[in-house]
Amino acid sequence: MHDIMVIGGGVMGCTTALRLAQGGLKVLLIEREGLCMQASGVNAGTLSVGIKRASLIQYAIRGSNLWRTTPEWAGFDAGFHQIGGLTLAFNDEEAEMLTERMDARKANGAPIEMVGLNRAKEIEPGISNKAVLAAYCPIDGYANSNEIGSGFRGALKRAGVEIKEFTRVDGVEREDQGYAARTPAGIFRGKRVVIAGGVWLEELLKRDFGINIPITCRTNMVSVTERLPPVMRNVLGIATSLLTLKQSTNGTVLIGGGWQGKGDTKRGGYEIVPENLLSNLRLACYVIPELRKARIARTWLGIEGNTQDVMPIVGDIPGSPGAFVIGAVRGGFTIGPCMGMLLAQYILGKEPELPLFDPTRVIVPDDTIERVAS
Amino acid sequence: MTQSYDVIVLGGGPAGVRAAIAARRQGLTVAVIDEGRRPGGQVYRAPNFTVSAADLDANPDLVRGERLRADFAGSGAELFARHRAWFAAPGIKVSAAGPEGATWFESRALILATGTSERAIPVPGITLPGVIGLAAATVLLKAHGAVPGSPTLVAGVGPLLYAVATSILKHGGQVAAVVDLSRPGEWAAALPGMISRPDLLARGLGWMLSLKRAGIPIHHGSTVTAIRGDVNVQEVEICPVDGNWAPIAGARRKTIAAKGVAIGHGLTPASEFARILAIPHRFSAERGGWIPTLAPDRKAMDGVYIAGDCAGISGAAAAEIAGTLAGLSAARDLGALTDAKYAELALPVSRSLARAERFGWTISKLMSLRPGLARAIASDTVVCRCEDVARETIDDAAKAGATHVNQLKSLTRCGMGPCQGRSCGEAAAEIMAADTNTSREAVGAWTARTPLRPLPLDVLLGSYVYEDILKPPPLPA
Ligand SMILES: Cc1cc2nc3c(=O)[nH]c(=O)nc-3n(C[C@H](O)[C@H](O)[C@H](O)COP(=O)(O)OP(=O)(O)OC[C@H]3O[C@@H](n4cnc5c(N)ncnc54)[C@H](O)[C@@H]3O)c2cc1C
Ligand SMILES: Cc1cc2nc3c(=O)[nH]c(=O)nc-3n(C[C@H](O)[C@H](O)[C@H](O)COP(=O)(O)OP(=O)(O)OC[C@H]3O[C@@H](n4cnc5c(N)ncnc54)[C@H](O)[C@@H]3O)c2cc1C
Repeated sequence: MHDIMVIGGGVMGCTTALRLAQGGLKVLLIEREGLCMQASGVNAGTLSVGIKRASLIQYAIRGSNLWRTTPEWAGFDAGFHQIGGLTLAFNDEEAEMLTERMDARKANGAPIEMVGLNRAKEIEPGISNKAVLAAYCPIDGYANSNEIGSGFRGALKRAGVEIKEFTRVDGVEREDQGYAARTPAGIFRGKRVVIAGGVWLEELLKRDFGINIPITCRTNMVSVTERLPPVMRNVLGIATSLLTLKQSTNGTVLIGGGWQGKGDTKRGGYEIVPENLLSNLRLACYVIPELRKARIARTWLGIEGNTQDVMPIVGDIPGSPGAFVIGAVRGGFTIGPCMGMLLAQYILGKEPELPLFDPTRVIVPDDTIERVAS
Repeated sequence: MTQSYDVIVLGGGPAGVRAAIAARRQGLTVAVIDEGRRPGGQVYRAPNFTVSAADLDANPDLVRGERLRADFAGSGAELFARHRAWFAAPGIKVSAAGPEGATWFESRALILATGTSERAIPVPGITLPGVIGLAAATVLLKAHGAVPGSPTLVAGVGPLLYAVATSILKHGGQVAAVVDLSRPGEWAAALPGMISRPDLLARGLGWMLSLKRAGIPIHHGSTVTAIRGDVNVQEVEICPVDGNWAPIAGARRKTIAAKGVAIGHGLTPASEFARILAIPHRFSAERGGWIPTLAPDRKAMDGVYIAGDCAGISGAAAAEIAGTLAGLSAARDLGALTDAKYAELALPVSRSLARAERFGWTISKLMSLRPGLARAIASDTVVCRCEDVARETIDDAAKAGATHVNQLKSLTRCGMGPCQGRSCGEAAAEIMAADTNTSREAVGAWTARTPLRPLPLDVLLGSYVYEDILKPPPLPA
């Protein structure tokens, strides 16, 4: 019997499991695929504080810092680079939106400076002359999301976490002593359980805990160019947050921004939507005209989940003592390590550094669910 | 502007051309998209020189190719030459990049006929100037009548060895030796399967005979273990192999002087579009690797049909016939053919396909990769050339817990470069299977990513102003 089981090995599950083990618990992590092969491994890796929701700024600052310091708390290098972030507006309407949004973020502690075109061009010489206003956030950067799976695998092993990869949890049931997780590889037991199932949270919470929290599946497209000589220095974005653009040290440029392809929780991201892809790429080349000379090497899709209020759920699962949920974080790669840390603090009986996000607020009554006896 | 057709065919090789002709004949509008300047594909590649009667006499492939091109020209199907397809989605939407930018297509049916890629298991020195792929050598010979470096050592597996060596001699070049992984006994065992196409069998035997006559040394049951030279190829080291194609430890290695090397270890299906369309695949070493699952009428999913080597290596003869069948099936499903008429037309086609496949499958079985070759790759040999990933890096990834090729990719960038694993994928997957003590099935198939090959943004995006860009509602503040 483990002290606690963590179900789902994305950034939320991995960081929670690691912190719990470091806090002295005997932890079992169960993941259907390999660690961080879903959203946490295929995301664009942007760690932009300057484009996060205002109410999440403090979480994002901590998250980004945690990615910088992985060597200290997780013993691996996540490829963190702090390069600064520049968010642009191309017309008056966007400029107004940018000012308003950045004011709110500044009020919550984001170190953002509003700059005109001339100053913006000093910061980022390659940008289009058509920008009318920009916001500069020097602490923005990125990490290499595709490498964190192996990083966490090592960290978790060193911390004594037992890892079951390629093991799907088919059901979690409450027992006298805690919880039992049913898998094709047998039943595992823990006194407590953390559900960190990413976009599959709706399904898992409904099936195993009888609560209905609608999660919208978003299918994001990300593209990458071939290696090219330096064309930009910062993470670039636009006022509407529909673009993230940055060049890695290896010369490739990553183009994201949450443009939608087709996907669902059954099949994952399965289809590129050409109009959206073209708009995403056009936006990128509009911001950095030099990029037009590049060749696009790959476009891929990944799925993530959002609650109805587009805010995280991190905390107790109502009605199921000793069961916790973590996920549905917009910008969850940046914020993930902070959320994992906070939830672990809570589970370990400490006061979390920042408030958690009670899932009760987004529960929608659903008559089709039989209430689990508690 | 979007071009609309009943049927889009990806690939203008024997399979694609016959599919297009069959569908067009039933009154459907058809577009064929191919990278090349003219239809023909690999085997029947159109030469860059004017074909003379003597050329045709000497080369049955040329005859067939010219007939294929003539039939296509008379069919009324349209060719989008020098267009590289980079996008396909169900529904059906296709995009291809051509000399004038990206063209978008929509259609009711899609026929995939994209052929094969050549497999090359790396050996030290394979990146030296003067080393080319065995299949790539046929392209140079067909288009230009020459290969780099003379004498050339021809190495690898399958009938292409003998086709290439003969063709080099015919074009006035010299052949240093043929180094064939197969033993004479393995060729003999393949004979019964090849009898189904006596014409093709006779041709193969003819090649072997003419090499013998020219005194070209043929080393059976052997592999190249190193290619050496300062600037260009100077010599090649070869070694006998065991039944798994592993170089036999302690066996006497031989060094052969050569200025060029043509080397190839079989063919793998170019199934990228089938993978992008999420068609289920299964692993078949005998058909060249991961192959899409499809019905006998070539249908793989609603509106999508697959023909030719991209559905599993079966050779050019089978490709043509399978193409016809795919074209008929599409015509039936689009209502251009009644079920009864389809049955009548498809029956003889299916019969001759079975015969041609028997021949093709025998050869593809002979060429199917055996594990010893990749296992023998030295730790410091570069496997993924795009991203410069050596064997030892793959071994380390497996030690760190990677069990699937896509995990290997995200860990090491192996297969993530511009070729998307077309060159290294097979070798890397074999190494993973060996390292994890599992199988090719277990280590899985590489995910294919649009646009498959690097695509210039300039070509794709065209000219536009800010207002042309879609503006979905902004994300919440
Ligand atoms: C394409 C894309 C780009 C993005 N770009 C950025 C970005 O640039 N910056 C940023 O900050 N954020 C970005 N995000 C968001 C971020 O990636 C996610 O918010 C974050 O990774 C979510 O982590 P998670 O652990 O909750 O989910 P996941 O990483 O999806 O992990 C959930 C895990 O649970 C497992 N699981 C589910 N059901 C079961 C079961 N029954 N049994 C066992 N295991 C199960 C899944 O296999 C999965 O591995 C992006 C997201 C996507 C999809
Ligand atoms: C380089 C090479 C040389 C070969 N030479 C010989 C030979 O000499 N003799 C022999 O018996 N067999 C040869 N083969 C094997 C041979 O390819 C097949 O047996 C036969 O040609 C299969 O026919 P097919 O129609 O399936 O494919 P192919 O003949 O390969 O035709 C596929 C066509 O699709 C096109 N295509 C692929 N992807 C795209 C895309 N994304 N966009 C646009 N067009 C695309 C290609 O340009 C090609 O014209 C060769 C294979 C290769 C790879």
